[in-house]
Amino acid sequence: MSKIGNAFKNGKAFIGFLTAGDPSLEDTLRFMKAMERGGADLIELGIPFSDPIAEGIVIQEADLRALEHNTSVDDAFHVVEEFRKESDLPVVFMGYVNPIFNYGYDRFFHKCADIGVDGVIVPDVPFEERNEFADVARTYGIDIISMIAPTSHDRIKQIARVGEGFLYIISSLGVTGTRSEITTDIREITSLAHEVTDVPCAVGFGINTPEQAEEMAAQADGIIVGSAIVKIIARYGSEAAEPVYEYVKTMKQAAARAGK
Amino acid sequence: MTEGRFGPFGGQYIPETLMNEIHRLEKAYNFYKHDADFQAELKDLLDNYANRPSLLYYAKKMTEDLGGAKIYLKREDLNHTGAHKINNALGQCLLAKKMGKTRVIAETGAGQHGVATATAAAFLGLECEVFMGEEDTKRQALNVYRMELLGAKVHAVTSGSRVLKDAVNEAMREWVSRVDDTHYVIGSTMGPHPFPMMVRDFQAVISKEARQQILEKEGRLPSAVLACVGGGSNAMGMFYHFIPDKDVKLIGCEAAGKGIDTPYHAATIAKGRMGIFHGMKSLFCQNDQGQIDAVYSISAGLDYPGIGPEHAYLHESGRAQYVPVKDDEAVEAFEYLARTEGIICAIESAHAVYHAMQIAPTMSRDDIILICLSGRGDKDVAAIARYKGRDLHE
Repeated sequence: MSKIGNAFKNGKAFIGFLTAGDPSLEDTLRFMKAMERGGADLIELGIPFSDPIAEGIVIQEADLRALEHNTSVDDAFHVVEEFRKESDLPVVFMGYVNPIFNYGYDRFFHKCADIGVDGVIVPDVPFEERNEFADVARTYGIDIISMIAPTSHDRIKQIARVGEGFLYIISSLGVTGTRSEITTDIREITSLAHEVTDVPCAVGFGINTPEQAEEMAAQADGIIVGSAIVKIIARYGSEAAEPVYEYVKTMKQAAARAGK
Repeated sequence: MTEGRFGPFGGQYIPETLMNEIHRLEKAYNFYKHDADFQAELKDLLDNYANRPSLLYYAKKMTEDLGGAKIYLKREDLNHTGAHKINNALGQCLLAKKMGKTRVIAETGAGQHGVATATAAAFLGLECEVFMGEEDTKRQALNVYRMELLGAKVHAVTSGSRVLKDAVNEAMREWVSRVDDTHYVIGSTMGPHPFPMMVRDFQAVISKEARQQILEKEGRLPSAVLACVGGGSNAMGMFYHFIPDKDVKLIGCEAAGKGIDTPYHAATIAKGRMGIFHGMKSLFCQNDQGQIDAVYSISAGLDYPGIGPEHAYLHESGRAQYVPVKDDEAVEAFEYLARTEGIICAIESAHAVYHAMQIAPTMSRDDIILICLSGRGDKDVAAIARYKGRDLHE
């Protein structure tokens, strides 16, 4: 098992997302450290893409800010390389397939292993296409994080069986972004998945309040929060480290209340 | 590897949320493709509503003027709604209805596919919402109003560069949000499988007719078949039944905008590289980091950074050839066809007309060129006037 398992040893996991290079690479590094201080168990670092079709407006705009100064795949690696000088916290990349394909799968996963990126989430590569890079990722010991959606139904077990690192349970239909209400029966999805795998399940999409954090954490092994953090970064820019720390701390505590 | 590949191209690179729906669509399409009742119903719609078969017109004056190959125009511009787009829109909307859908969404560039989908939806009693880049809603204001007249809701897309690719992004985001009652009518031979194949099959009626018509008129096959290519739907439709005829040259004409050595073009075959985007592995205009380029063409319908996977394959295998045609060349052909034949064609189709003007004089009088005139040009008149320096607004 990869280092990602460690993220779930400390009660309900809190996974925080941010986009590399938003608003600058130095800021991203400082925000990652702030998230770790706030109690984040794993960091999901977004590689910006020009056309992120699974993202709501908040993360779309973060990608555009990062691309204004041409944040590249190598820049994202560089941030992790700097972060690794002080931290062993598990880190996964979230990136659309085209920049990774363009970089070259072998070169990309090799570098993940060298620098200490533990897993990769690619939202536009579903189960059917995972052979695109599954073999290469395995060679270098990098986990491919699979996603399960409210519409997955009979696909849940099929996906869970090949699960690595953690399973990303999408809480709601639609794109990323904060929501006032989440109606999907997450517990049902996680229990189906756990019938065939020991890989932990983390739920994301729409979670932004401590109440939601507690409620969602109760139904899964961890929660993923993206747009709410990116909103804070959009609002405070380079001054976001402290508010990000405070927010992550509150959310981690709320998730922890859901117990193990 | 998934179904629906053309060599290495194609596939199903889309978010998990859509996968069950894509499989449902695949299953439904494979069933109705061979269902005699569905095919009869669709044929009736095409013949009695959309005005098929379309004419194969001998362009006598153009032929004589150019002094080489005999030129025929496949008149998709004479279809109801004025373009080939209605073939696919009727097919997919009918299929959506059979699948129990009550609502369709679509992306549109020039507005032709949006109008066709709004038309089919109005006729078949489906709710319809169309996503169109804000830039394009300005360039093609008349088509926006046309869609609204047909009862569709038009969303001006303000994300990204606000053109066709952004409209596709937004339509996909909408589909992920509401998939149970909604079918996404993709307008070109692109996107995840089964779309490239399904759209091609609905458009293949063009070459099915054209091949038969030319054999009736001339008793032989053409030397070359030409069509403009953005995503590639009229070209796939025009090429398809000629693919097994090895002696028939297939030539796609892509938008070179201000020139392929400038950043202002949409010439995917000439300048693109292999990549994965909008559900498919194909060729895309992209930068050295794999970010998708904001492309440019005078023609909103060809203003797309990718090309359908089957075209990428026809190109790679050498079966079809692709040539870039610039804005000013397309405008020249647009004017030429109007003056010589009295036909105002879509600026998209004018890209193919221009290339025919170049090659016809080099060919013999025994040669035949077939051009797909994919749409009519009413929508472009004001924009061409502005391009020529006349301040004309719709």
